[in-house]
Amino acid sequence: MNRNLVIGGVLSLLAIAAALVSFVWTPFEHTAMNIPAKLQTPNGVHWFGTDHFGRDIFSMIMVGARTSIAVAFVAVGIGMALGIPLGLWAAARKGSYVDELIMRANDLIFAFPSLVIAILITAIFGAGAINAIIAIGIFNIPVFARVVRGAAMPIWEREFILAARVAGKNAARISLEHILPNVMNLLIVQATIQFSLGILAEAALSYVGLGAQPPTPSWGRMLADAQTLVSIAPHMALIPGFAIIITVLGLNLMGDGLRDYLNPRLRVART
Amino acid sequence: MSLLSIRNLSLSIGTATILENVSLDVAPGQIVAVTGESGSGKSMTALGVIGLLPDHAVTTGDILLDGENLLDQSEAQMCQLRGNDIGMVFQEPMTALNPVQTIGDQVAETILIHSNTSKRAARAQAADMLTRVGLPQDKFPLSRYPHELSGGQRQRVVIAMAIALRPKLLIADEPTTALDVTTQAQILDLLQGLARDYDMGLLMITHDLAVVSDMADHIVVMRLGRIVEQGATNALLANMQHDYTKMLFAASRHEVALPPVTQSKPLLRVNSVRRTYKMPRTSLFGAPALFEALKGVSFNIDRGERVGLVGESGCGKSTLTRAILGLDPVQSGEILIDDAPVYAGQTPDLDVRRKMQVVFQDPFGSFNPRHKVDRLITEPFHLLKQPPKGAARQALIGETLEAVGLAAADQHKYIHQFSGGQRQRIAIARALIIKPELIVFDEAVSALDVSVRAQILDLLADLSARYGLTYLFISHDLSVVKTVTDRVLVMKAGQIVEQGVTAQVFASPQHPYTQELLNAAPKLPDLHPLGSSL
Amino acid sequence: MIRYTLKRLMSLIVSLCIASVLIFFVIEVAPGDSASFMLGINAQEDTVAALRAELGLDVPKWQRYVAWVQGMLVGDFGTSYTYRTPVAQMVADRLWVSLPLTLYALTLSTVIALPAGMYAAARRGRTGDVAVMGATQFGVAVPNFWFAMMLVLVFAINLRWFSAGGFAGWDKGLGAGLWSLTLPAIALALPQAAILARVMRSALLDVLTEDYMRTARAKGLTKSQTIWRHGLRNALIPVLTIIGLQFSFLLAGSIIIEQVFYLPGLGRLVFQAISARDLIVVESVVMLLVFAVIVVNFAVDLAYAAVDPRLRSRT
Repeated sequence: MNRNLVIGGVLSLLAIAAALVSFVWTPFEHTAMNIPAKLQTPNGVHWFGTDHFGRDIFSMIMVGARTSIAVAFVAVGIGMALGIPLGLWAAARKGSYVDELIMRANDLIFAFPSLVIAILITAIFGAGAINAIIAIGIFNIPVFARVVRGAAMPIWEREFILAARVAGKNAARISLEHILPNVMNLLIVQATIQFSLGILAEAALSYVGLGAQPPTPSWGRMLADAQTLVSIAPHMALIPGFAIIITVLGLNLMGDGLRDYLNPRLRVART
Repeated sequence: MSLLSIRNLSLSIGTATILENVSLDVAPGQIVAVTGESGSGKSMTALGVIGLLPDHAVTTGDILLDGENLLDQSEAQMCQLRGNDIGMVFQEPMTALNPVQTIGDQVAETILIHSNTSKRAARAQAADMLTRVGLPQDKFPLSRYPHELSGGQRQRVVIAMAIALRPKLLIADEPTTALDVTTQAQILDLLQGLARDYDMGLLMITHDLAVVSDMADHIVVMRLGRIVEQGATNALLANMQHDYTKMLFAASRHEVALPPVTQSKPLLRVNSVRRTYKMPRTSLFGAPALFEALKGVSFNIDRGERVGLVGESGCGKSTLTRAILGLDPVQSGEILIDDAPVYAGQTPDLDVRRKMQVVFQDPFGSFNPRHKVDRLITEPFHLLKQPPKGAARQALIGETLEAVGLAAADQHKYIHQFSGGQRQRIAIARALIIKPELIVFDEAVSALDVSVRAQILDLLADLSARYGLTYLFISHDLSVVKTVTDRVLVMKAGQIVEQGVTAQVFASPQHPYTQELLNAAPKLPDLHPLGSSL
Repeated sequence: MIRYTLKRLMSLIVSLCIASVLIFFVIEVAPGDSASFMLGINAQEDTVAALRAELGLDVPKWQRYVAWVQGMLVGDFGTSYTYRTPVAQMVADRLWVSLPLTLYALTLSTVIALPAGMYAAARRGRTGDVAVMGATQFGVAVPNFWFAMMLVLVFAINLRWFSAGGFAGWDKGLGAGLWSLTLPAIALALPQAAILARVMRSALLDVLTEDYMRTARAKGLTKSQTIWRHGLRNALIPVLTIIGLQFSFLLAGSIIIEQVFYLPGLGRLVFQAISARDLIVVESVVMLLVFAVIVVNFAVDLAYAAVDPRLRSRT
């Protein structure tokens, strides 16, 4: 096992554990206001302090992890569910109009950064976590399509694919049987990266009010609340920021670690 | 006095010993060839001389150039020597040049970094050098980029770079292995001429014994990091001492006895097949140029016949192979197997596919690394209406693996557990398992060491006798085609220029191109008979 | 080269056409009518109809699309529903904040990242490399708007080197304008610089294993000479792709960063427009952003051809 994988795994698990535990237990009700206890710095009762309404920040962070992880997870799911088949299809029909069409559509989506998609969707349907998921998810589709196509194309040139064609297998079957397993490692690594980007994007969208709406707590909105108070209560900004950084850092380290771990060439070199 | 003198050179990387007590000499103007199979350490010897070994390599012994020990030189001193006193030419001309720099700049760079010449003078000198290596300025100006040149032309550029300052020693590491036989002959000629003209020592690394015997003054045979035998070419060839040397030469000229062809019923018919590709447009609004890969190719293969197809890269061999396998459509003409067309659009016609299988060149790329051998070789079962199940399947897998010289138990292993030669046996097992009417061997022995190649050729002869195989054997290697085929087709620029009984074509080629091919191929000297057994 | 340029130009135009259709019709399906929204729920039917006519909402959609595109081609983006001023003017004012901010950040990111990546690649596996790579791991993980808040806390509130927000304006001189964009630009640039430095490093390391690098060494070039003369230009090819992608991320990021620094840029405009359902403004800003991204991608394609001669002669 390599160091990146262990450290990254532990940090990511921390966020996931916080999200899961929050379903059964939080130190305080995360929406419970307590104005007399407002703006407390971290202490024995409120481990991460309280915000301007006297809400317990530790509890809010735990429940906020739910939002972040759920949004990022579903968005990556959308990206993979649509992007992978498209990428496989494009690679199988390399150079044909199907390939051209898929890739041009991808380019087009790339011209709409996820924030722009979010702005469009919000302009139409209003803000909300679902719209954040769609915005981030749409942007993930071309990412996965490109990665899969890029990795699949050289494999299509390999002789074992020609042998499978000589064995009478059609493109769909070859894609599933031979191409997909051989690009899987890459996809796992890409998924962790997109997951971490999803967490960052969710935070940004919530921060500008395009993501999860009150009372659903979210790390991004906690930061928006903290902004005007940053000079008198810096912990309100620091703590959600650290939560984001730790989660994203953990996922990225895990991605790096997985890449090394899953790459057989590197693994052999190391042992 | 010798120019280069390697004394007791040993080299290890980590715990692996790569070279052990290697000693050899190169005199000015002398051509020394180091030969051996993969893993012999011949390339590492070359890299050791020019000081470009991997970072963690540990060396002992001496490498003396003009009496000075190269192993004692600092990196800065080595940089002075490289390009100035020692030049090097590598195997892969397609990737050896910087793709984003002109050939003129790349050749001039050698001159500029070692002298105070002006840029203009360096370019003039570069132009002279390129002309000397056969790239005259009117056709190949300095402003050309590598991608505008062929493999042979690129290798000439690499040579021009290496000899721009007339080094005393030129190292050539498999300089012609990636090239066609006619190009190879020209490059070897060029290297030989340069060594003589400039009185330059040439240390040549090659696995090709015919090349070795053709041009070297002195031969060094290596195996597993040691020199097994060395001597002046004529003396060594006439009187080989070491068994390994004898085996190598015997394997290189290995011939097999094919069983006679018994019937003459046509199996595969290729009728005036044409295939054109659109080239990238060169002018803005003009129609794209068309490249005719196949210009009306016709031939038949009868049942039980073993047919060879030879030609150089770009002659249309690969296009024809893919068309015969039914992987790509053709524009006109027809390819029929037992009177049914081999290509049936996107959905393959399994009845036709069942009759053909293929063995590819690359023993490392022809298998999905994630599957075990039993799954790999049974992939063609997909073609059968009722693939064998249970015990019958097991029996067939075992029988097939044993037929190609492996054990039935090998089916539970992954492909990376096998050597290159064993993988090629597995590839043959995969082709054989559904007992196809026709097997296409696409450069199937080209990537193998000579000793392994000889074994695979034996296997082919053995299988032909046992199963009455019909095959199409595609290769650029004339010596191999000569022994494993009954009839041969010679292909050039999309056409079959000559076809006939193999022995006849080789003995008295009719077409000028066939003659050129046969002349260009380096030949092993005809020495006393060594017997054909290994 | 001309052919390559024209081909890219064609694809740029096609992309723009499709993007404009998408944006226009996606916004047109939006529930809620701008006219009734502006007038409130108590408005009379005929008042709404009159406003609809005034805003040009009563003609068929495709006619409005054509009019919209025709207008944009001559710089007329229509009239804001809420402010009743030309959108072009509103957008232009804001663009003079957002665009310089983006370019400032892109410059910073490139200037920091390329040397850092080269340094790390040259010291591969040693302390310098580990330090740079560790720093980039953090850089990638930090949300830029949070980083912006921290910069404000330290450099504006505590050290008072900068003002905590707002924009000095260009009329007070280039220096003053740039100064007030400096913290936002740093906040935007550093996370992107971290990504770019990683790409630069791995592109260089990939190039180091190429055959032509060994050929160059055989000529007598030192290791660092081979990197400078042969490695860099080849490594730039993947780096250019990322720089192109970063432009769109930075542009989008600037919309968020503007919120932290209270900058009067496109971001503020678009959020106000969304809450006021001023769809024509949203439409125009989004179209402008997409236009910028597509044009930058075109520029990157041209830069590719400048770096790589193989592209010039092919296609």
